[in-house]
Amino acid sequence: MLIKKPASIQNSEITPQPIFNSRRKIIKSAMGMSALLFLDKAQAGIKKYQQVPVGPYSSDLSVTDFEDVSSYTNYYEFTTNKTDSTVLAQALKIKPWQLEIAGEVEKPGIYNLEDILKPHPLEERIYRFRCVEAWSMVVPWIGFPLKALIKRFQPTSRARYVEFTTVYQPENMPGQRGRALNWPYTEGLRMDEAMHPLTLLATGMYDEDLPKQNGAPLRLVVPWKYGFKSIKAIVKINFLQSMPQTAWNKKAPQEYGFYANVNPEVPHPRWSQARERVLGASIFSSKRNTELFNGYADEVASLYKGMDLRKYF
Amino acid sequence: MNSRKIKWFFIKSVVLLLCMTPLFYLVYEGLNDGLGANPVETIHFTLGDWALRFLCLTLLLTPLRHYTGQSWINRFRRMLGLFGFFYASLHLSAYVILDIAFSWDFFLTDLAESPYILFGVATFVLMMPLAVTSPYKIRKTMGANWKKLHRLVYPAAILAVLHYFFLVKSDLTQPVLYAAIVGMLLLWRLGKWIRKNSVITQRI
Repeated sequence: MLIKKPASIQNSEITPQPIFNSRRKIIKSAMGMSALLFLDKAQAGIKKYQQVPVGPYSSDLSVTDFEDVSSYTNYYEFTTNKTDSTVLAQALKIKPWQLEIAGEVEKPGIYNLEDILKPHPLEERIYRFRCVEAWSMVVPWIGFPLKALIKRFQPTSRARYVEFTTVYQPENMPGQRGRALNWPYTEGLRMDEAMHPLTLLATGMYDEDLPKQNGAPLRLVVPWKYGFKSIKAIVKINFLQSMPQTAWNKKAPQEYGFYANVNPEVPHPRWSQARERVLGASIFSSKRNTELFNGYADEVASLYKGMDLRKYF
Repeated sequence: MNSRKIKWFFIKSVVLLLCMTPLFYLVYEGLNDGLGANPVETIHFTLGDWALRFLCLTLLLTPLRHYTGQSWINRFRRMLGLFGFFYASLHLSAYVILDIAFSWDFFLTDLAESPYILFGVATFVLMMPLAVTSPYKIRKTMGANWKKLHRLVYPAAILAVLHYFFLVKSDLTQPVLYAAIVGMLLLWRLGKWIRKNSVITQRI
């Protein structure tokens, strides 16, 4: 398959493939060696998803450190503090986990997560991730295209939107006992967005299972939209005829629309979206210019042909 | 120096060092990779928080003196006010150096698209003449005008709180808390002013 490189990424930003590969190899082998020294032989150096192949639509962007990605998360179900969520999220109960498939679909039901995941081969996708708060990172996700799951459960011809719901566990999620947002958190995609090959259901990152603060056991990844669209800890996928309301849209409709496509030209009503702070970069390095559709315009711009992106923000 | 002067010099030095601790903390954590995944944000927010805290502390001194009758409290008003300006300057410098990297174009984009930047800049502009006229000599020369000029600290505090309100995504706890503090401190002054004026009117 031909893998297209997003055109607008500057060459200077891209680590040359051989160096990047060798860098990852060095890191992996170094971790393997230290693991050999400190762990049982059975666990030595082998990461759970190390053998997972790199999927199409991945990229050769330089990956953000795992340490940064896993210690800086917006997870309002726990707290609005992006660092404290790392600790608080460990209280989430993720076993057993069930996923409800509902609405305009031929095979509705409540399924065990293992049965949901079983038929889908995993792949690695290195994607940009751009938060609406104007910071960004590059994450190597492990997952499979949402499209494959949707096809399996056969939505009816009436299904035009997909709604996702996060788990409601107020006893373990202190933020859900407050009113930062309407709980449970919900998100939505138009059917063509959900069926787009870039749209991923992730179960892991950095060759391991997702950390709880990053959305374990199952999350959505929509790389051309602001991060809040990529809903975490999904318990329900609902096929609908009409556009669902989303959590942030309910909270502040004038600030967060249904589409939430990354767009440097359309500022948030209270801050500019023209540039972004790249996590892991030196504090003196300048911000990065945000790209239309987060650099995925070649792949997704056609979905919004003829739409006024200022109106449908 | 007599012993009284030495005593106050010592006390003021201790307070000065205490006021510097947020900066020492940032430098220490910065050198030890302890500022988290987004160090620029940590630096920026910490400096902004302390600018606002010192502004509130400064405004607290007059009511505190009023209720306790302790006149020595006044000795710290200038220092705390200047620390408010000090942290506001560092906060603004962090923006100019680390965020827009001295780019006039980026600044104009921010002014147009990010209203909190406007409130922040306005706060700083109001604080500048207060810092400049803080030396005792200038204060003496200015006479009654000094007091009038320094009332600018009230709108500055209001703008600083608005600056905070406009940048928060959804959790308004912190800005609401500061709004309550600044609101109480300003209402107390307003109450005093109204009482004073009504007394004068009655006398007339």
